[in-house]
Amino acid sequence: MKRATQLIHGGPTVDQQTGALGVPIYQISTYRQTSVDHFSKYDYARGDNPTREALEDTIAVLENGTRCLAFASGMAAISTTLMIFSPGDHLVVCDDVYGGAYRVLSSIFSRMGVTSTFVDATNLAAIEEAIRPETKGIYLETPSNPLLKVTDLRGAAEIAKRHGIITLVDNTFMTPYLQRPLDLGCDIVLHSGTKFINGHSDVLCGFAVVRDKELGQRIRYIQNAFGTGLGPQDSFLTLRGVKTLKVRMDQSQLNTARIVEWLKAHPRVTAVHYPGLPEHPGYAIHAAQADGPGAVFSFELDSYETTKRLLENSHLAAFAVSLGGVESIISYPAKMSHASVPKEERERKGITDTLVRLSVGLEDPDDLIADFEKALG
Amino acid sequence: MNIATEAVQIGLEWDTRTGAVTVPIYQTATFRHPGLGQSTGYDYSRSGNPTRQALESGIARLDGAARGFAYSSGMAAIANLLLLFKSGDHLIVTEDLYGGTCRLFDKVFGQFGLSFSYVDTSDTIAVAAAIQPSTKAVFVETLTNPLLKFADLPAIAALCKSNNLLLIADNTFLTPYLLRPLDLGADIAVYSATKYLAGHNDTVAGVVTVKDPQLAETVYFHQNSVGAVLGPQDAWLTTRGIKTLGIRMDRQQENAVRIARWLAAHPRITRVYYPGLANHPDHALMKRDSRGFGAMIAFEVDKHELVEQILLKTKLISFAESLGGVESLITFPEVQTHADIPPDLRARLGINDVLLRLSVGIEDCDDLIEDLRQAIEP
Repeated sequence: MKRATQLIHGGPTVDQQTGALGVPIYQISTYRQTSVDHFSKYDYARGDNPTREALEDTIAVLENGTRCLAFASGMAAISTTLMIFSPGDHLVVCDDVYGGAYRVLSSIFSRMGVTSTFVDATNLAAIEEAIRPETKGIYLETPSNPLLKVTDLRGAAEIAKRHGIITLVDNTFMTPYLQRPLDLGCDIVLHSGTKFINGHSDVLCGFAVVRDKELGQRIRYIQNAFGTGLGPQDSFLTLRGVKTLKVRMDQSQLNTARIVEWLKAHPRVTAVHYPGLPEHPGYAIHAAQADGPGAVFSFELDSYETTKRLLENSHLAAFAVSLGGVESIISYPAKMSHASVPKEERERKGITDTLVRLSVGLEDPDDLIADFEKALG
Repeated sequence: MNIATEAVQIGLEWDTRTGAVTVPIYQTATFRHPGLGQSTGYDYSRSGNPTRQALESGIARLDGAARGFAYSSGMAAIANLLLLFKSGDHLIVTEDLYGGTCRLFDKVFGQFGLSFSYVDTSDTIAVAAAIQPSTKAVFVETLTNPLLKFADLPAIAALCKSNNLLLIADNTFLTPYLLRPLDLGADIAVYSATKYLAGHNDTVAGVVTVKDPQLAETVYFHQNSVGAVLGPQDAWLTTRGIKTLGIRMDRQQENAVRIARWLAAHPRITRVYYPGLANHPDHALMKRDSRGFGAMIAFEVDKHELVEQILLKTKLISFAESLGGVESLITFPEVQTHADIPPDLRARLGINDVLLRLSVGIEDCDDLIEDLRQAIEP
């Protein structure tokens, strides 16, 4: 089945009982049982809800995994998945990891005895050097947020295999439509489904997807024990969003290419970070592991004043956190997604006060360009 | 203001633009900023969503708390509270704890170096005896699941205070309508809002209320960092449920007392656990601290065979997990809700193969009794 078809028919989309073309919203907490010895698969909605399950099955198919688990947010997916590690375990993490992931790793999991070393993951040797005897996992984002740095996933997965540890990849920016880390040898794919997968800036949700059944069962155990599963309305809305993932992503990528070209030529723009540009250092690796450069990029401006003017005067692109919606969203990583990273460390990583991140939506690119032109002055 | 009145008011003041008497469902992930360094007070729904906040501030008012927090389930709420502790810390917890909580404590947090002592928290002396140098908190179920023991919260709170321990009360079975744990000295109250608060067996949700503003700030940090927050539709449904909490609970209690008496008089029922009956060991204590006895009943039948017969023959009363909703539900704790409790502990507690748990709903009581009668006496 091709991707576009898989998005519509990949999961369970027909209601067995009525034939309805869509999964009913099971707004339910519990299920009536008919046997004392054998409980039905459904006994309590924290553990199993048919609406959530339909979404989970759909995402599992798209990622070429065997099991997907849906969570109340991307951070709930990440936090719940990280609970598979034990005190004393160590992780190697890409250094410009999303601020929310940095926060749970550095202030919650560290207290529970799970430690992390942050490395420049564009450099496979740096990843391998950071591995210690107690290292249990490599945690990556590619392209990364917000600098769109690219990690060679096949190479990283090979290192992990050699050391008998697992690779976790946050695939939020790409979605399974553009990149399937399990196919590249990685073990766990994480998503903020809030972004492109749902795509309408109206739901918070997250996913963990695996191929190994035992690993799936471990995450599922914690999902149920912790109760961090996604609610039925949000599961339904996300399933609904997934159906247009391809058409949205295709259009957003086209728009992105236009805007990137325009920004590159603008005198107030000093750098553009986008893996679709041949001069991007990770261009070749990205092209070899993904089916497109995506619709998020970042760029640097000539001064803080220009940055402030752009953020406050763009009318079409909403100045807000988050990304991946039908609406374009412009954001300021230093004070938004990466506000939890200490200033010194942030600047060392290149997340400066003149860096702007743009998530390109479905508006006509001419309108977006005209709006930015006016705002930049 | 009476809790019933307070409950109906939740969300009423919110929408100043339209005057709508309920809070709108903000199905949004993010919020547009008016300018650089400016915020409307809302940035990202994980950090704050107006629909969820109406519920959070509402439940805080009901409990007399500084702040309230809503989570994707009761277990997510409890899991978030356990992040207040660190490896090496010890907690004293109610021994006939809900099986899901027990699983979370032993199998998930046990692995991260937290340790737990299970004691009969209705026995304050036993709680005192369990305190170790590394003890950081006492976690009690105000009314326990499934054996309906009642904790002497003021006494435990005094004990916690003199030993510098945090007191966390799971008040799911009673709700603020019947008992406000923070008024009796608890620092934190936690609820599976799936049960009486939402009350319709249609939402999975958890809430936490915290008395001290500074402690509340730490709980908020964990809620936002981990992100196991309640979605807007479920938050709205929970708020909607809370508006009828008082009348539901009144009716459920009335029904429960009648059913408990009927069961106690039935020849095939060998034991009834309901704190509203005068012979329940905690009856007087509960009368002192609680506005009511709740609507949960546990009872033992004379033979194991009767368990299956009752579970499958009741028609109005559904054989299903969960509790607290408008529909009556019956469960078999040994293999359902408490399957994750170690078997020896389960046996010692009295969670055996003839024990059933009944959550009494708001149906007509005569119909419920008739349903039980025809299931017990075919």
